[in-house]
Amino acid sequence: MTTINERPEAGNRELPIVENFSRRAAVKGGFATLGAAAFVAAISPLRHAAQNTSAAEFLQKHYTELSDEQKADVIARLEAETKKNYGAEVTIGDDRPIPGTKFVYAINLSVCNGNGKCVEACHKENNHDRATHQSYIRIVEMPKGTLDMEQGSTTYTGVVPKDDKFYLPVQCQQCDEPPCVDVCPVKATWKEEDGIVVVDYNWCIGCRYCEAACPYHARRFNWKKPEVPADQVNPDQSYLSNRIRPVGVVEKCTYCLHRTRRGRLPACLEACPTGARVFGNILDEDSNIRWILDNKRVYILKEELGTKPAFFYYFD
Amino acid sequence: MSSISTPPTTDSTSHITSYPRFIGRSLWLATEGSFGFYAWMTMLTALFLVGANAWAHQVAGGMISTHMTDHVSWGLYIANFTFMVGLAAGGVMMVIPAYLYHDRKMHDVVIIGELLAVSAIVMCLMFVVADLGRPDRFWHLIPGLGKFNFPISMLTWDVIVLNGYLVLNLHICGYLLYMRFLGRQPNPVWYVPFVMLSIVWAISIHTVTAFLYCGLGGRPFWNTALLAPRFLASAFVSGPSFIIVTMVLMKKLTSVQGLEQPIATLTKIIRVTILINLLMVASELFTEFYTGGTHVSSAKYLFFGLHGKTALVPWTWTAIGLNITAACLFLWPGLLSPKFRLLLVAACLMAFVGTWIEKGMGLIIPGFIPSTLHEVVEYVPSMLEWKVSVGVWAFGLMVFTIAIKAALPTLRQPAQSTDT
Ligand code: SF4
Ligand code: SF4
Repeated sequence: MTTINERPEAGNRELPIVENFSRRAAVKGGFATLGAAAFVAAISPLRHAAQNTSAAEFLQKHYTELSDEQKADVIARLEAETKKNYGAEVTIGDDRPIPGTKFVYAINLSVCNGNGKCVEACHKENNHDRATHQSYIRIVEMPKGTLDMEQGSTTYTGVVPKDDKFYLPVQCQQCDEPPCVDVCPVKATWKEEDGIVVVDYNWCIGCRYCEAACPYHARRFNWKKPEVPADQVNPDQSYLSNRIRPVGVVEKCTYCLHRTRRGRLPACLEACPTGARVFGNILDEDSNIRWILDNKRVYILKEELGTKPAFFYYFD
Repeated sequence: MSSISTPPTTDSTSHITSYPRFIGRSLWLATEGSFGFYAWMTMLTALFLVGANAWAHQVAGGMISTHMTDHVSWGLYIANFTFMVGLAAGGVMMVIPAYLYHDRKMHDVVIIGELLAVSAIVMCLMFVVADLGRPDRFWHLIPGLGKFNFPISMLTWDVIVLNGYLVLNLHICGYLLYMRFLGRQPNPVWYVPFVMLSIVWAISIHTVTAFLYCGLGGRPFWNTALLAPRFLASAFVSGPSFIIVTMVLMKKLTSVQGLEQPIATLTKIIRVTILINLLMVASELFTEFYTGGTHVSSAKYLFFGLHGKTALVPWTWTAIGLNITAACLFLWPGLLSPKFRLLLVAACLMAFVGTWIEKGMGLIIPGFIPSTLHEVVEYVPSMLEWKVSVGVWAFGLMVFTIAIKAALPTLRQPAQSTDT
């Protein structure tokens, strides 16, 4: 590069003068056209995907930037789409945190017997894909005498409870220092005032960085379009929780905010036959949950990571 | 880019006409070639089209057609992405001798390293897009238009440094080639500061990419301070290896001269970096296995398999075999003699493939196995993922080939130099 001026004739060399210049140009042009046409043909399956995405959806703003009218439009559109794609009449609410509320969950591991009713209730409540048996809850069957999850199993079968085991249900811990929120490059997931970590399914780009960052295996990706038969769709939905998720985005447990922000209890708690689950507002001094946190020896999962879960475990 | 930054000695209006002419001529030259060249380009185009088609199917039907799962949520794409960042950074191993140590022979051909950086970054960006569940929402990542979680998310840093590195190298190459086209002496003011910046920047792209992984407390396999240095060491193996192979091919296929000494310099660089890389691997292995505990599960899976699941073990030992053989070859002084040219190429290819496994699948997959709840779910890439990946590689090689061809006139000079 430093020798440039020494052979200027090479630098100014014009196009090679060839007699068949125009013929070569024509051949090159022909190949370029052919290549372009082949490319268009190769990516033609994209047309199918484009049909499923309306312009309104493509241009939709981030949840926190939508005005009230825009939100209403978005929700009307989503309801219509659910009707069209799933044949189900649903109402999608926009449930906001109740001031003065901070939700926490606790599980009594002496009582939990690993029956898995919570897993099933979550599956139905949150309109999960039927074929994959998706759920936000996983239960680890642990040998008594250790808290080392490496010795546990999530694929246990047989009659429960087994004598030498205890059962550890794990779902999103609604961390106060959530690594999943920190890593998201587009702020598609955030923590709300009542402690619930939510995802805007219409903003998430599906990079799955949050899934890698979560230490509790709490996040799920929609590898395909969720399939739920019309008569099994839970019509009681909310924008930030259990509405049927689009393909290609991440989702997670929301403490059933479409129920809990309306004063009801999470579906997993209601389904539990043993009474192991306790849920409530930690800011309410008279709540059960407050009594448990004050009087039981509670612990949190992976405390050393500094994620500060809002999810507690205790033994009687 | 380059038309903006031309020396003020000329009337600037002329660039409006001469710059398009420069682009046109470069493109024309880059598409001139022998039968072999056309065959090569046709093959790459065909592979690229296969990849594009596979990707279109993936977008249309959802990522269920990959073999990734909620347990192993990143796979072949991110593995290739990580490796590619290293390849891009590796080009700087030509820039440092050329500009910091004033190695004139290297200076004459340094553009090869810069063009490699450009092509590798293009591949990086394509692999990231291939990995997105919603590529239609890519605009959410554009600062100003979308919502950019800067500076908290390391991924936003990566977006910035990768695109910055691309622009830097495009500017440097574009400027030098354009000046060459005009038959003018490049003005150092317009590119040397950018070259210096690109040296720092090259280190940064790979460091930031390592931070993507090592900042995750929930993934003990990645959560080590050694990750960034290891990334750099292996980048300085894979990058120079690729460039040596390119130069050997150029010696055969073109009349470019003065490649012998740069090849020797790069070989000497690999001699050191390949050992540093192996040393760091060994130190990591010692820490893992001597300490034991839960931290070692991923390493156990990587090297020996866990609970009878051994999908990654053959990959791992292939990589180790290739890396150690390559290291031995590089340490042998005779490797540089012209009669062992093929052996040098073989050593480079071994080091390249070894690093690709180690820094790709060998790094990404064990991060997910066992999962955060200690489940062992294995991952083997699907056919579709291979097609998409091969497509991206083909496209990157096309960009590289065309860029090198366009740069040939700058290179085809006898190796005589003046001072800059
Ligand atoms: S458990 Fe996982 S998904 Fe839930 S808040 Fe914590 S890091 Fe995020
Ligand atoms: S997958 Fe969605 S929510 Fe998770 S980090 Fe990526 S964009 Fe954010």
